[in-house]
Amino acid sequence: MAKSKERREITINSSSMADIAFLLLIFFLVTTQILNEKGLTIQLPPKPDDMDIIDVKIKERNLFKVLINSADRILVEGEILQSMPELRQMVKDHVLNNGRNPKMSDSPKKAIISLKTDRGTRYEIFIAVLDEIQGAYYDMYAERVGLSNERWREVASDHKDPEDKKLYETGRNMVDGTVLFPMNISIAEPSKVGG
Amino acid sequence: MAKFKKKSKTNQEIPTAALPDIIFMLLFFFMVTTVLRETTINVRQLIPRAQELRKLQRKSLVSYLYVGEPKNTEQWGKEPRIQANDVFIEIKDIVMWVTQEKDKLDEVERDQITIALKVDVDAKMGLISDIQLQLREANARKLMYSTPKKGAD
Repeated sequence: MAKSKERREITINSSSMADIAFLLLIFFLVTTQILNEKGLTIQLPPKPDDMDIIDVKIKERNLFKVLINSADRILVEGEILQSMPELRQMVKDHVLNNGRNPKMSDSPKKAIISLKTDRGTRYEIFIAVLDEIQGAYYDMYAERVGLSNERWREVASDHKDPEDKKLYETGRNMVDGTVLFPMNISIAEPSKVGG
Repeated sequence: MAKFKKKSKTNQEIPTAALPDIIFMLLFFFMVTTVLRETTINVRQLIPRAQELRKLQRKSLVSYLYVGEPKNTEQWGKEPRIQANDVFIEIKDIVMWVTQEKDKLDEVERDQITIALKVDVDAKMGLISDIQLQLREANARKLMYSTPKKGAD
């Protein structure tokens, strides 16, 4: 009697185990959101009262003015911007001018892109314009070191690797600790009155 | 012919005993890598998309500010508001909020704090620039306009 009992194999049917695990897996896939840590980064200027109040004279030719009014119309260097992609080439022309055209910048180091909005400007338009301006700079940097724009942005975000660091420094033309090809984007305080 | 018949008798089933283990491994991978969002967002968040994005390296240094029209418009009105953690804050409270966020970090890393702004498309730049002025005041100068990538979903 005892022997016959031992011989009987007791197994739990585990074929549905995979299905249960699949259900759990799909549940987690659907409910979790991977945090999005991407975006347009800028560095704000220091505290207003910390800054030395020096009237720095900037030559008109080095300034590239972009204005956005409360009706979301864009004015670039005194002319109405027709289409957004044009802006990128205009920024590049301005920065890489190197003194050739008397209306554009002396050198990339001196070139400043000034972006000014109105208090009533929509955030969406501001982001679109900032995206184009930063994109123009990333394009120029990437071209200098022969990388793709996408790869350049990776290098710029994380250059712990010595080779990447070197690339980053050549891209921004760093000589003796000073960057000769900085990204000078000035975001001015918005005007108060809609127009 | 007899030879061929013999061959077909062999067992052709693929053993599936390891399948649950494989699925479990996938499951654990997703459980470990994903982070559940801790705060419920009480403002409308239709964030504009952009192309030239940069990635942030240190997640622990990021603090989020959400800006947009409140979802509960009967209680809070239609004007875009600022949400930090779980509550709405006023513009004048931002400096204090930044100090609190900085206190959570190690002393050496406090200056590296990055503020990520998640702003609704319809918010106005007046509000954004007020926030920026306060952040400058609080000496939190790294700012990111958090946006999803254009074209991707």
